[in-house]
Amino acid sequence: MSKQQLAVERARRAFRTGRSKPLEYRIQQLKNLERLFVERKKEIAGALKKDLNKSEHGTPLYETLGLEGEIQLAVRKLKEWAAPRPVSKNLLTLSDEVYIKPEPLGVVLIIGAWNYPWAVTIQPLIGAIAAGNAAVIKPSEVSAHTAKLMEDLLPLYVDKELYPVVTGGVPETQELLKQRFDHVFYTGNCAVGKIVMEAASHHLTPVTLELGGKSPCYIDKNCNLTIACRRIAWGKYTNCGQTCIAPDYILCDPSIQDRVIQEITKSVQEFYTENPKTCPDYGRIINQRHFKRIMAMAEDSTVAMGGDNDEAECYIAPTVLRDVKPEAKVMQEEIFGPLLPILTVDSVDSAIEFINDREKPLALYVFSSDNKLIKRVVDETSSGGFLANDCLVHFSVNDLPFGGVGNSGIGAYHGKFSFDQLSHLRGCLIKQLKMEGVNNMRYPPHTADKLGWARFFILKHVPVVRTFKLAALAMLVVIAAAIIQRILD
Amino acid sequence: MECQGEVIAGLRAAFHTGVTIPLEFRLTELKGLLALMEENEAQILDALHRDLRKPKFEAAISEIEIVRNDICFAINNLKTWMLPEYVGTNLATKFDDCFIQRQPFGVVLIIGAWNYPLQLILLPLVGAIAAGNCALLKPSEISQATEALLAELIPKYLSKECYVVTCGGAEDTRRLLENRFDHIFYTGSQAVARKILLAAAVHLTPVTLELGGKTPCLIYGRIDMKTAAKRLVWAKYFNAGQSCVAPDYILCTKETQDALLPAIREALEAFYGPDPQKCPDVGRIVTDKHWNHLMDLLGKSKGNVTIGGESTQEEKYIAPTVLVDVDETDILMQEEIFGPILPILTVETLEEAITFVNAREKPLALYVFSDEPQVVTTVLESTNSGGFCANDGILHMTLPTLPFGGVGASGMGCYHGRYTFETFSHKRACLLRSWGLERIGALRYPPYSDTRLSWLRWATTTKKSSCSIM
Repeated sequence: MSKQQLAVERARRAFRTGRSKPLEYRIQQLKNLERLFVERKKEIAGALKKDLNKSEHGTPLYETLGLEGEIQLAVRKLKEWAAPRPVSKNLLTLSDEVYIKPEPLGVVLIIGAWNYPWAVTIQPLIGAIAAGNAAVIKPSEVSAHTAKLMEDLLPLYVDKELYPVVTGGVPETQELLKQRFDHVFYTGNCAVGKIVMEAASHHLTPVTLELGGKSPCYIDKNCNLTIACRRIAWGKYTNCGQTCIAPDYILCDPSIQDRVIQEITKSVQEFYTENPKTCPDYGRIINQRHFKRIMAMAEDSTVAMGGDNDEAECYIAPTVLRDVKPEAKVMQEEIFGPLLPILTVDSVDSAIEFINDREKPLALYVFSSDNKLIKRVVDETSSGGFLANDCLVHFSVNDLPFGGVGNSGIGAYHGKFSFDQLSHLRGCLIKQLKMEGVNNMRYPPHTADKLGWARFFILKHVPVVRTFKLAALAMLVVIAAAIIQRILD
Repeated sequence: MECQGEVIAGLRAAFHTGVTIPLEFRLTELKGLLALMEENEAQILDALHRDLRKPKFEAAISEIEIVRNDICFAINNLKTWMLPEYVGTNLATKFDDCFIQRQPFGVVLIIGAWNYPLQLILLPLVGAIAAGNCALLKPSEISQATEALLAELIPKYLSKECYVVTCGGAEDTRRLLENRFDHIFYTGSQAVARKILLAAAVHLTPVTLELGGKTPCLIYGRIDMKTAAKRLVWAKYFNAGQSCVAPDYILCTKETQDALLPAIREALEAFYGPDPQKCPDVGRIVTDKHWNHLMDLLGKSKGNVTIGGESTQEEKYIAPTVLVDVDETDILMQEEIFGPILPILTVETLEEAITFVNAREKPLALYVFSDEPQVVTTVLESTNSGGFCANDGILHMTLPTLPFGGVGASGMGCYHGRYTFETFSHKRACLLRSWGLERIGALRYPPYSDTRLSWLRWATTTKKSSCSIM
């Protein structure tokens, strides 16, 4: 039996003992996980520095603070999320219990990514634990130091049978994907997303795919360009552009292109000094393969800012490309790096058309002071998420579902959405073997009268809101039952 | 079959015009669908009778009324469903608009099944229309009369550009799946579902799969046997057992079985009279192929037929049948029966029955009959299934407020009522930031410092509603 098979079997056995179900257990595991982030700050930051040159402050800001918030939310709300959710009934079921019962799915596979290795690997885990599942965690091997750290640290804090970490590269992941899971949660790119979905299809396993795409950023002529460009520069160059929701490219009127370039240049200097290469707050490209990929993209466009690079260090300066054409290499795939192409369009109509001609992105950004314009873009485009006048921050609002649509993904998570995504919401109807009189109308032999009653009782939906109405209707049902009993006897 | 690619391209072009987006359009189409149901009742009943010899009562309740009810539910609530859903903001987004916008996916494919040929294709269509999508409907070719009726009526009542019916067999469906859709909704078998998922993976298309499985029915503890038997018999033999949520097999003690059998006989006699074959309220098996398969199962079973067992090939009739002395290795226990054959397996304790159920794939539904609330609770807490109903069968799926769907091998996703609308919608997270508060926002910018981080941390931890960064 392979290592991967063993881990999955053990997790399934552990799940079957039922110990992940009680709320106290889930809360305990979540609190242990929180302690990991409080106690191991230095090691986590150290590994991230080696993987992505993330700064010591960048780590909590972008990786762990969010996770701590999610854990605290889950711990606080778990009782409410996991409780049966009553729904409104029809006349026939008025005296019955009708509710939706959230239940764990079983064993979940979580495949993480390398760009925010803790955030995108652990956030689904929080949902999996909260929902009462077991979870096999496969961190990305590309962020190798963090993967190793996860493998070492997680078993010290959470149940190692229920939540094993399985490391490895492509062959190990393929072996994992052959096993049967009750849900597969993947964060990464489209190509592998298709492979994951295909593997899951053999077992009829549902998937959540957090993919990517080219997130457009439209800048309206009439807006505060200084603030807009500062926010865009922050959104773009954080983590060296290696963010699934980074603004991928800019669309703007030709008349403001120069000013946009100016403002972005100013902001980049404020953030990362004149020489970003020596600035501790500026990251690196994850590896040389991606470095080469990104540099090749810039080949047929004009550099307006930046452009310096150093292959040995996997360093690419914050770069802006101007007057970029739709056919340019940089517009053919998600950049996932610190190149910011600007394409000029003559109107918001052209921008909308440009966006709609392409695959639905994970995020869509619009900068404008004109609320009508913003509304137009919201109504006439589609994307995983939409953010006006800023970048990235919608990711941090727990009450907003985070996920893609079309090529950018399937499913969503964060906050309660993680819990629901990794639960089965089971519809339950609890009747008694009493009040049979009312039921008689549905039994054969069928008559026209009975059909009339059944049409009324079985299917008419009554949104019963007030207790008074409830009581009155209950009375009505009892009386009706008695009458029907009489008629049919 | 007309060129599928052209049909789909046409639907996509229609969707891009934006015509399906406004509330008025969707309401008009839903009202059109309602009119279709109301003005063609006789034709619908006739088609269902020709396909399955569906008794009028069953057809009226399980095909016409359930769809009409769902359409009305959608019409009454659509405006609310379409509203942006405002969500709680954190300190940093206090002056911003945070909401979830529901958007259609685009062009969706709905593949129906033959057992409830109208309901299983129209209920999803209600949600697809309500959510603002265009839809391609592929009714089951096995229920031919209904398939033909849908092909005739849908273009008469709904927008021809936005909703198209396509007919054909397995090969046509396979070729259809090579095209790209924005959502696929399938009702049917696990084998075909796997193929659909594989095809969907090529385009990263989300799917809803309404499958089946062997729905267990546990009978334990103190019980009003007469009432339980009536409800059980009703649920089992409705549509001649051809329901995805029909009780597939029974688990009970020998003692319960002894009390149950006469109660079942009594209920059957009361419902269908002494000769069910002559009773107009008894349905037929859908095709010769399905009839032959069921007869084959019956023949090879090692159980003993204790009620029913009669059959007539010309009519595709099988009497309401019950078998005892069936064990888990029996051929009847290897696949979903989907017919009027009810095996009873005797299992002496509730715990063993639960173990039996849990050793198998998660079913679409799970039933327990008992007057003891503790028995009901134990079964509910210790098992998994798409849906659950205590002391009755099938009814849980008639409530538009309960999500109807499977889990594990019985399916993924759910629908009915608002859930259909949600299934065919993308929930887009929208955040409209204000231009102000740039000083607070600036805490996140480099150069990073311990001071800024502390402020940010403080801002994060003092809030009541949690937020991650900022």
